[in-house]
Amino acid sequence: MKPRVASRGIGLGIAMFAPAVLYIVALVGLPFVMAFLYAFGDVRIGSEGYNFVGLENFASVLESPSFRKALGNSFIFTISSQVLVLVGATILALALQSRFRGRGFVRFLILLPWVAPISLGAIGWKWILDSLYSVINWVLVALHLAKPFDAPMWLGEPKLAMLSVILVHTWRLLPFSTVIVLAGLTAIPRDIPEAAAVDGARFWRTLFQITLPMMRPILNVALLFGIIFTFTDMTVVYILTAGGPFDSTQVLPSLAFTTGILGGDLSAGAAISIFLVPILVVVAYGMLRVAHRSEVV
Amino acid sequence: MAIVETRGVTKVFKKGELGAVNDVDLVTHEGEFLVFLGPSGSGKTTLLRMIAGLETPTRGEILIGGQVVNHMTPRERRIAMVFQSYALYPHLTVRNNIAFPLKAQGVPRGLHKEKVEWAAGLLGIQRLLERKPRELSGGERQRVALARAIVREPSVFLLDEPLSNLDAKLRASAREELETFHRRIATTTIYVTHDQVEAMAMGDRVVVLHQGRVRQIGTPTEVYDDPADTFVATFLGSPPMNLLEHDHTIVGFRPEHLMPAEQARGTTVKLPLKVQNVEYLGADWIVYGLLEGGRFAGKPVRARLLDASGFRIGDLREFAVPEDRLRFFDRESEKKTAPKAMEWS
Amino acid sequence: MAARGRVRSVLATVGHVLVLLLFTVVLAFPFYWMVITTFKQTGDLYNLDNNPFVFNQPPTLEHLKLLFTETRYLRWLGNTALVGILVVAITLLLALPAAYALARLLGRWGENLGIGIFLTYLVPSTLLFIPLSRVVSALGLYDTLWSVVVIYPTFTVPFSIWLLMGFFKSIPKELEDAAMVDGLSRFGAFVKLVVPMSLSGILTVVIFTFTLVTQEFVYALTFISSESHQMIGVGVPTFLVRGDVYYWGSLMAACLIASIPVALLYNLFLDRFIAGFTVGAVK
Repeated sequence: MKPRVASRGIGLGIAMFAPAVLYIVALVGLPFVMAFLYAFGDVRIGSEGYNFVGLENFASVLESPSFRKALGNSFIFTISSQVLVLVGATILALALQSRFRGRGFVRFLILLPWVAPISLGAIGWKWILDSLYSVINWVLVALHLAKPFDAPMWLGEPKLAMLSVILVHTWRLLPFSTVIVLAGLTAIPRDIPEAAAVDGARFWRTLFQITLPMMRPILNVALLFGIIFTFTDMTVVYILTAGGPFDSTQVLPSLAFTTGILGGDLSAGAAISIFLVPILVVVAYGMLRVAHRSEVV
Repeated sequence: MAIVETRGVTKVFKKGELGAVNDVDLVTHEGEFLVFLGPSGSGKTTLLRMIAGLETPTRGEILIGGQVVNHMTPRERRIAMVFQSYALYPHLTVRNNIAFPLKAQGVPRGLHKEKVEWAAGLLGIQRLLERKPRELSGGERQRVALARAIVREPSVFLLDEPLSNLDAKLRASAREELETFHRRIATTTIYVTHDQVEAMAMGDRVVVLHQGRVRQIGTPTEVYDDPADTFVATFLGSPPMNLLEHDHTIVGFRPEHLMPAEQARGTTVKLPLKVQNVEYLGADWIVYGLLEGGRFAGKPVRARLLDASGFRIGDLREFAVPEDRLRFFDRESEKKTAPKAMEWS
Repeated sequence: MAARGRVRSVLATVGHVLVLLLFTVVLAFPFYWMVITTFKQTGDLYNLDNNPFVFNQPPTLEHLKLLFTETRYLRWLGNTALVGILVVAITLLLALPAAYALARLLGRWGENLGIGIFLTYLVPSTLLFIPLSRVVSALGLYDTLWSVVVIYPTFTVPFSIWLLMGFFKSIPKELEDAAMVDGLSRFGAFVKLVVPMSLSGILTVVIFTFTLVTQEFVYALTFISSESHQMIGVGVPTFLVRGDVYYWGSLMAACLIASIPVALLYNLFLDRFIAGFTVGAVK
């Protein structure tokens, strides 16, 4: 009786699993392969047929200064924002740990940047950072920290524009990471910090030598997600600055879009987006290691 | 080494509700092994945590070494605590776990190695120093927790049910190790448990708690042979003391003191019973019966005998209890009273 | 001694409140700003001499009127809702059986396949959108809502499988075994027992799938070109700009209306989401 039930279980399992797998293979796996094919080919919008051109696309892409700026920016934006996010999320999670009145409402407010559609949040910031009507500038002028017609051009000046993009990414990801870090915090058994208190550790020592090290797996998960979501995102840049001024805030995904879809050169666009793959692989590997480790524990 | 004292300590978690701990007064003896014994919800752990500084009393004072410590943090009280789960730091090696209190208290780096190895030696875990907690067995973890506690040479040791997470088999040997450990370090120790066997075996004195109140403080002999109320009487001893209600008095006697009449010596009270059930436990037998005739007809009693092989269910047998083994309690207050004259028939 | 302790705890509380205040303000401010902008008269909005934090002229509904009567906003809301419902349906259809298979039927492989499936969620739309634009054209779906209905499950399904796996695992196996002893087949037990019991998990998946749909940008931007077929994520930043002029009042109104309901729903289900997520990820 037993073997038969087990094999029917596997059979049914495969049948139930197959539709989803086939769907994903068809619409994720295949396009993934196609992206590589395009990058090695000469596909344009409206073109027919396919010719293999080897590394031609990669060569021309790598030569382009826009690309090099975009590559650099992708890393700068991702690393800067994730550092800010991790520190911010940890501080905020620590503050949210204790039960206090209004906690639910605070949580609602804090989650807004993550829940609202990315494009809409970005547009909101565009208005806040507007060159003429920025409310931030109004406050700065009112506090006499800036001169009325010489206030910072948040989206118009290259360095400031980069800063703005980093801050909007940070703003958007902070809630998500906070939720993850908070889950990690609450997973720490209550008697560990109590044991540390009895052992004589005060706040900072407990935080840095006990709490944070114990949360390392979850901090890693938050970091890995954050890296993927920031590195591969085109929406913030597209809406806030459209890559400008003068390509100073261009990133790989937005460049790929501009080149491939707006410019029509699908192959060049594909070649640019291929550069996202190494990061993808690193993050995937990181996730697998965390998943594996937590099973051992 | 210090004496721990509580004066009128009360802890109320929710206003208007009964406190978890109510008006507890106690004083430890220097170097003793004091057990807080009680069922879950009796307040024993809350009381321990207040002594540790992990909870603040709603009312009352806690003194360690003659000093009021109510507003002192755990760090300032120079106590050590072993938690039920041992609370070992999972990301640190055993060595670093034991060294952590030294680091936290600012003990000079140079002394760490020596002290850690002294503590490890005391508990026989030198070979485990480079391992991580998840690689250790339950018994080994207990020893690491103890080493971490002793390394600071605290004035008071607090243990919160450290044996309850161990397998039954392991518990006996772990218990023995704890007793040896206590003899070696001779520090005032307070031990919380719900297991009355542990309390009797290990305690110099036992504090019996129920619903946040102290019911009795005494040596194991005192709480067992001379219980202060019916709660203590029935909580200690397995099977529990037999209790019979008689007017305004409750009379009790332990199962081991209820025996076939021919075996009883001295002045006895005769209690005929009808056997309902017989259990063979290996080292002894339990006989369950209903009293026949007399005032207490039909009431269930239990007897513990060395040999009940001759008993059958339905047998009518004459049992007896030596008169000096009877204990008397006031029916309303449930507290012990002076012996009363009783009518048994 | 007591005084020092009390000072310390007062400082801690103050610090605590300050931290919360700072973060809450920074994170929620743009939405507060959307509210203010939505109801401010244009003259008040664009007057640099006015204090932007107060209503210098009485609040107005003109931006909302403009939004609803002179733009395709309502159409976009409708499109988004429609796509949302369809994608949720497809996702449940694919993910429910798959998650069950991974949680119960496929044993050891189930674990690894589950992680593999989850990893496909990480494959970004900014990598796949170029080849997919060709696929969409080839299928004749370009500039239709069907294009996104077909493509969106590529990221909602892996995510939902992950969430559902966690929920299914938390249902005691004995219940299904009892049902099978009573005569149900495996699949029958799944449909009649497991699915009804997982209603809260399914609801969570519905909410999060819907949220993912409303948030998506890249595919909608790439596959849909005409205004009347677009959804709010792309419609608002693209078509509410006339030439180079941003009608900020209506724009902010549009953002506000699209964000808040989703946020409310999301909040209701957040705890379940965390439970499912951590059960799966940090075992």
